[in-house]
Amino acid sequence: MKLPLSWLNDYLTLENTGVKEYCDAMTLSGSKVEGWSVEGSEVENVVFGKILTKVRHTNSDHMWITTVDVGGEVVQIVTGAQNIEVGQTVPVALPGAKLPGGITIKPGKLRGEPSNGMLCSHQELGFEDGVIPGSDPNGILIFQKEYPLGADVMEALGEKETVVEFEITPNRPDCLSVVGLARETAATFGVPFSIPPVEVKEQAGGDINDIAKVTVEAPDLCPRYSCRLVKNIRMAPSPEWMQKRLRAAGVRPISNIVDITNYVMLEYGQPMHAFDLDFLEGREIVVRRAKNGEEIVTLDGQPHTLDDSMLMICDGKKPVCVAGVMGGANSEIKDTTKAVLFECANFLRGSVRRTARKLGLRTESSSRYEKGLDPNMVITALNRACQLVEELGAGEVVHGIIDVDNSDHTPTVIPFRPERIRAFIGADIDDGFMVSALRSLEIGVDVDKMQVLPPSFRMDIECEADVAEEVARLYGYDRIPSAPLGGAGAMGGLNREQRLTAKIKSSLVGQGYYEIQTYSFTSPKTLDMINAGEELRKTVNILNPLGEDASIMRTTAVTGMLEVLARNYNHKNKNARLFETATVYIPKSLPVTELPEEKKVLTLGAYGAADFFDLKGAAEELMDSLGVEGVTFSAAAPNPIYHPGKSAEIYINKKKVGIIGEVHPDVAENYGLDEAYLGELDMAALLSNAGGDVRYKPLSRFPAVSRDIAMLVDDAVTVADIEAVIRRAGGSLLEELELFDVYKGSQIPEGKKSVAMSAVYRGEKTLTDDEINKIMNKTVRSLEHVLGATLR
Amino acid sequence: MKEQLEKIRSDAAAALAAAADAEAVEAARVAFLGKKGQLTAVLRGMGALSPEQRPVVGQLANEIRAFVEGEIEKKKAELAEKARAKKLASGVIDVTMPGRRNKAGRLHPLNKVLEEVTSIFTGMGFTVAEGPEVELDYYNFEALNTPADHPARDSQDTFYITDKILLRTQTSSVQIRAMEKSKPPIRMIAPGRVFRSDTADATHSPVFHQIEGLVVDKGITMANLKGTLETFVKALYGPDARIRLRPHHFPFTEPSAEVDASCFVCGGKGCGVCKGEGWIEILGAGMVHPNVLRAGGIDPEEYSGFAFGLGLERLVMIKYGVDDLRLFYENDLRFLKQF
Repeated sequence: MKLPLSWLNDYLTLENTGVKEYCDAMTLSGSKVEGWSVEGSEVENVVFGKILTKVRHTNSDHMWITTVDVGGEVVQIVTGAQNIEVGQTVPVALPGAKLPGGITIKPGKLRGEPSNGMLCSHQELGFEDGVIPGSDPNGILIFQKEYPLGADVMEALGEKETVVEFEITPNRPDCLSVVGLARETAATFGVPFSIPPVEVKEQAGGDINDIAKVTVEAPDLCPRYSCRLVKNIRMAPSPEWMQKRLRAAGVRPISNIVDITNYVMLEYGQPMHAFDLDFLEGREIVVRRAKNGEEIVTLDGQPHTLDDSMLMICDGKKPVCVAGVMGGANSEIKDTTKAVLFECANFLRGSVRRTARKLGLRTESSSRYEKGLDPNMVITALNRACQLVEELGAGEVVHGIIDVDNSDHTPTVIPFRPERIRAFIGADIDDGFMVSALRSLEIGVDVDKMQVLPPSFRMDIECEADVAEEVARLYGYDRIPSAPLGGAGAMGGLNREQRLTAKIKSSLVGQGYYEIQTYSFTSPKTLDMINAGEELRKTVNILNPLGEDASIMRTTAVTGMLEVLARNYNHKNKNARLFETATVYIPKSLPVTELPEEKKVLTLGAYGAADFFDLKGAAEELMDSLGVEGVTFSAAAPNPIYHPGKSAEIYINKKKVGIIGEVHPDVAENYGLDEAYLGELDMAALLSNAGGDVRYKPLSRFPAVSRDIAMLVDDAVTVADIEAVIRRAGGSLLEELELFDVYKGSQIPEGKKSVAMSAVYRGEKTLTDDEINKIMNKTVRSLEHVLGATLR
Repeated sequence: MKEQLEKIRSDAAAALAAAADAEAVEAARVAFLGKKGQLTAVLRGMGALSPEQRPVVGQLANEIRAFVEGEIEKKKAELAEKARAKKLASGVIDVTMPGRRNKAGRLHPLNKVLEEVTSIFTGMGFTVAEGPEVELDYYNFEALNTPADHPARDSQDTFYITDKILLRTQTSSVQIRAMEKSKPPIRMIAPGRVFRSDTADATHSPVFHQIEGLVVDKGITMANLKGTLETFVKALYGPDARIRLRPHHFPFTEPSAEVDASCFVCGGKGCGVCKGEGWIEILGAGMVHPNVLRAGGIDPEEYSGFAFGLGLERLVMIKYGVDDLRLFYENDLRFLKQF
């Protein structure tokens, strides 16, 4: 809402308040200022000056040397003007002044005499002839009355306007008006506020009820519909003062009648509409729902097809206006209009909102109706429009008002409990302050019945908390003290899952992985890019997505990971090790009828200096740091996302919890990646299998014995197979077992590989050579027997 | 004999002075003090001396032995000192060469700051709650005093799944769930993802994060809200940080406020970061609306509460001077490595 500050002067007097000070105070009392600007003339730094002396220039036969008092300072100015006399008040462009056409005034010398400024004619200030009373078209502008010397001429003449832009919250449609903001201003600065009386002379004679007729067929959507009639219309542009105010408020002037409706809307916040009476068939108004398929062309020239949820203002036959949104072209005010029917109505806010959305029309009118307007305002606004018609000589008002009022007039009554308000706010605000603050906002307080009686235009005040806010904001939020929360010893902190999640992240970060965040929705095409199977394609879909590429909720987080890997690869980042704790959305039924399951998954991704075993190591270290036990890996079943020979499924106690591996070359190609690695782990499984408290094991006092075991086995034999055999043979004496070499190549027969393991044994006493040899023999025999190994 | 002994003294001194290493010192020791050494030989000849001369010569011989032994120790120490100096000199490294690091990764900047914020609130006795991101209209709007056709819904362009299911537009949706789950006293924060149908640009993202706060108990006041937020801001920006509350409107709080923190760069004098205002808007807050308490099954006559909601991205952008929201979701390592 743009407020031209001079407009406030119609309702109150605010003295000695700078713009900045005004804006800050309004913001802190609840009317948030977005910004302010000075609009209007481009003329700057032209002030009122009084001519003190005037002598002929010694080197010129037509120039004069003058001294001029410009308010506390006297300057010498040389002029060629002939119409000036000592004692006159004139406009003085001081050095640095700006005049129309990009002219800047500089100090200088005229034929050897210093001249510090310029006396101006009205043309030089950008005025047309005859605009300023008594001005001479051939000379300097001589003012006919006194002005404070040194004051800005353009401001004093009303050519400049300070416009403050407010951000009005949706609960305060009453502040989408000059009157509303004036009321807030008065309450904020503690000055009196009054609205000048609205009186209509009704010069036309006759009675509206004999000429026009209104029927409201849909009172549920239209609580109040009122009309007044104006005859003998004299279409013309509205006067300059009205045009200036409209322009400053951001509304384009059109004609006196249309401007009046807009002026009243800005002033009171009540939208109005003006119909050309002669184009209303049957001279009647019917307020009804549209018929399905009915059509209207709105004022902006756009055709619309209507449906029966939309409220229409119709004449005897057809729709002439989309109620509360925009008028129809068919009954528009024209230069030839002779009689005008002014509409001032109250429409149900939800209805206007839905209709405006459906038709894609947002107007100054609809945005006010959508927030809910006061049904009691319609008569005042209607009369104010007619008063302006009379003031402007735009026509003659017919006697009478048609007022179809089905609105609810039950006043809101809220108990006034100052003690509770104090306790709620936590500040020692006395009763007297509360009462006067509320009354300054025109909120009634009955101190006998202890009741708060909000006026009908404050529909946002419904309960005690609302009253508390009015009191608190005028008291000043900054005066409310700060108090710590009581109830010391409240148990806060993270729960087990949250602590473990933090541990997972810190383990990965410690291992050189960077955390990423990707969007929760994605394109269905990404599922094609990973050759996804049926399960992943059962998605939760967005009805109104930003676009196809953000239209489904992800069922897998690997697509996001792959995109990020690819982006980094394209940006030539050499190495990448990334992780994300992502949510995926699994529908419980399709079509979706209930909230989907939101599953947390941990994804890992890497390329560059990384291979399968780096990723596997990260997963192992991660699970180890969580104290997860019973972790095994086995070659993965065929999966379109992963390389068939370089991927493994991860099991905890034989339950599958994830998968890691090289990205399938087809998928890598789809993303423009070379060799990349991915992992997916089920967060819930990690969290539920995380170990509890650690128990210390006593340190053995007996020495350990280590033995290396090197063997040749078939390629098909896995390290896990070998480990299992060695562990079984070593029993409880085997303390550690580590792979230290796998070799294939020269001196190794085709189809075989050399595997070397290092084992550490320790007993409850010092192991003898005999005992060690016994274990080793058993181990070797098992390896030969079970795996067909040849010891080297 | 005296002359012989004096010669040994000077010969030994010369030999040791000339000795360049441990072997030469040992050779000198053997030559002068050894079983077959010169001093031993002189002592063997003592028998030929007169009884008067014997003690005199003996004393001199002992003196010379002590002298030679002393010289040997001195030389050994000198040599050891030299050797150590040489070793140290040869062990000089270029300390400006890069260190060998086990490079750790980094948390995402959003989560790094979230952890900081979370620990400030858990320190004040808050728990951390979560709620679904795909949410019922009821929890996101309806129960938060924002019925259908409420104009406040306009400012939050919503992604819908069905007419009753949506992507939550605010973490405030967790408020009612928290009240349904546990009775007062409630003191929780709920960080999480929210969604609005805004095209991504430098200052908008269809996916972003909020941190909701909710406190409900007997006798909770607006002064408590101010105190809590002040503690938070001081913990985040330092002890000199201040807050300013401006009246505002949210459907689910009454009274409501927008909260500014004094600019942490200029301290409130006005600078580029705060656009000359001295204040930076960081969150929205207010006293929980009685209708919201009722929807959560809590009697507003008995209990009161406050709630606040803070935009994580905005907080992080201000903190690190990040000027484009999209960077958070592009995950370029050159960006991620900076935090």
